[in-house]
Amino acid sequence: MSKLEPQALTPAPTTVVGARVASPRKRRRYSLLSGRDKILLFFMVGVPLAIFLVLIWGMTLVSVGLAFTNWDGVQPIKFVGLDNFTQLFTTYPFFWPALSHNVLWLLVFVFFATPMGILLAVCLDRQMRGTSIYQTIFFTPVVLSLALVGFIWELQYSPLAGNGFIDSALVSLGIVSPANAPDWLGNSSINIWAVLIAASWRHIGYIMVLYLAGLKSVDPSLREAAAIDGANERQTFFHVVFPVMAPINVVIVVVTVIESLRAFDIAYIVNHGKNGLELLSTLITNNSISEASLLGFGSAIAVVLLVISLVPIAIYLTRVMRSEES
Amino acid sequence: MSVTVMAGQRTTHNRARRRLSRVGLHIFLSVLAFIFAWPLLYALYMSLRRYGDIVANPNGPFSLPSTLSLDNYTFVWNSYPFLGYYWNTAVITIPALILTLWISSMVAFAISKYSWRFNLLVLMIFTAGNLLPPQVIIVPLFRLYNLTFANLPAIPVLSQLSDNGRIYDQFIGLILIHTTFQTGFCTFVLSNYMKTLSKELVEAAMMDGAGVFTIYRRIILPLCTPALAALATLLFTWIYNDFFWALMLFKSGDKRPITAALNNLSGQFFTDPTVVAAASIMAAIPTVVVYLLLQRYFVSGLTLGSAKG
Repeated sequence: MSKLEPQALTPAPTTVVGARVASPRKRRRYSLLSGRDKILLFFMVGVPLAIFLVLIWGMTLVSVGLAFTNWDGVQPIKFVGLDNFTQLFTTYPFFWPALSHNVLWLLVFVFFATPMGILLAVCLDRQMRGTSIYQTIFFTPVVLSLALVGFIWELQYSPLAGNGFIDSALVSLGIVSPANAPDWLGNSSINIWAVLIAASWRHIGYIMVLYLAGLKSVDPSLREAAAIDGANERQTFFHVVFPVMAPINVVIVVVTVIESLRAFDIAYIVNHGKNGLELLSTLITNNSISEASLLGFGSAIAVVLLVISLVPIAIYLTRVMRSEES
Repeated sequence: MSVTVMAGQRTTHNRARRRLSRVGLHIFLSVLAFIFAWPLLYALYMSLRRYGDIVANPNGPFSLPSTLSLDNYTFVWNSYPFLGYYWNTAVITIPALILTLWISSMVAFAISKYSWRFNLLVLMIFTAGNLLPPQVIIVPLFRLYNLTFANLPAIPVLSQLSDNGRIYDQFIGLILIHTTFQTGFCTFVLSNYMKTLSKELVEAAMMDGAGVFTIYRRIILPLCTPALAALATLLFTWIYNDFFWALMLFKSGDKRPITAALNNLSGQFFTDPTVVAAASIMAAIPTVVVYLLLQRYFVSGLTLGSAKG
């Protein structure tokens, strides 16, 4: 039942309603809705929200719960306290390598791929001939799936016997002997770097496009003012453009961190995330789904991943909240 | 007089320097563009070569071809149900895309055009959920998908859409998780977009007695066409490119969409890069074509997500 009949409202001009201090605008609009409309709105939000809560946040909570059990999917669930975590941090041999690979992934993205994307965006932001061609080329890897990126780079990295391009070129040019040709993806001390180059190939273009869009939205008069004050291009970028790009910078940071935590596909394509390519994500699936059925143990790794992910998520939400308030 | 001469000298000097730096920039960008294009160009080149040709040459793939042909493509097409893989992708991608846009536009409409107490909370639940790594939820989700309907609350529609009594290994399962996950992102983008639309339109329509659904369908949705087009382009690419969900939530190779199905082929042709290359190019074509044709929408979709938030 609506609180106000529509007829009662129609003659009342908006200014009068707005002037009434006791009833803020919000209330007025709310009460304009008929009961049927309210129910409709409730379902429009409620049904998707319920599904989302169950499938995403509900499963997250179940993951957290399972992490304290030794469930194997068959036996009844038994609570084991922190056992999974103790085992994870002390005796399980792949946890620390996986975590350090995720950290390495993040560092390479933060100190190489992301700055590279920003640099390309700054270069392409000038009014120059050929900009759109460069942009298309740099961005094309982004529309390929990470799994496909894995296949495409395997053609480069395969060992000599697998007809990989890099090794064939190195041997043909006499740089290395066939016996010494590196096994880029098979050698556990270098394969993470090989994979990171492939991942950066895609990440650079992604950051470039995001940043380029941000640069285009910067008020040109700011740059003109800086130029009149005698600032050179580098000074203009670091002291004028970069600070006003703060909102985009947050997005870039969040995207970079999230992408490094989600890393899965390329490592899986290369060797299912083993032998030098362990990642938290591949440990979860290998332990709980693909190879073993240690649901409790896999969930404990998922909890570690969740806790790390909450950092960028919190940063992002703070920003969303702040901009909602303003 | 001397001042103007000096100033004139300085500008020509500056112009020369600027031109030089511009040439340097072009060289830098061209070299980088070549490095970026190389892996794909090489894959294309490889897909056109003959395996025997590479093996016979002492330099292996680092050599010029004796012939180029489309033989590898015909081989891949005839040996594997590629048409079926594309079809699987379409059966998953198209419904998921439409559902996502429909659902997220409704949620975005309700939370951006009407003031509720929990607006911000709802927005945060969707946005934060979209940022979670999928691996965080995969273990319980995998179990949930494997429950048979007998153990689930009876949902009659499901039995029509599943042939194994579960949603594991079913298109419906993949559509469900894609729609849910992507709704987070799209709701966020669309609610920002709708906030930029004028409030007066909705208020005027309300005064005229238009109901909520009419306002959504006749006023807001048409105004959101640019954002919806941009999101559709993005969603197509993302869902098409999904590897993780399809790998985890499908058992049988033949039901998998193309990106995940490639994983079935890789083992068998590890030593024949020409076949791997041809299969990769075939899997890449749809997204690359969509990107080249709809580049504008693609870029504006990504931008919408980050511009104002």
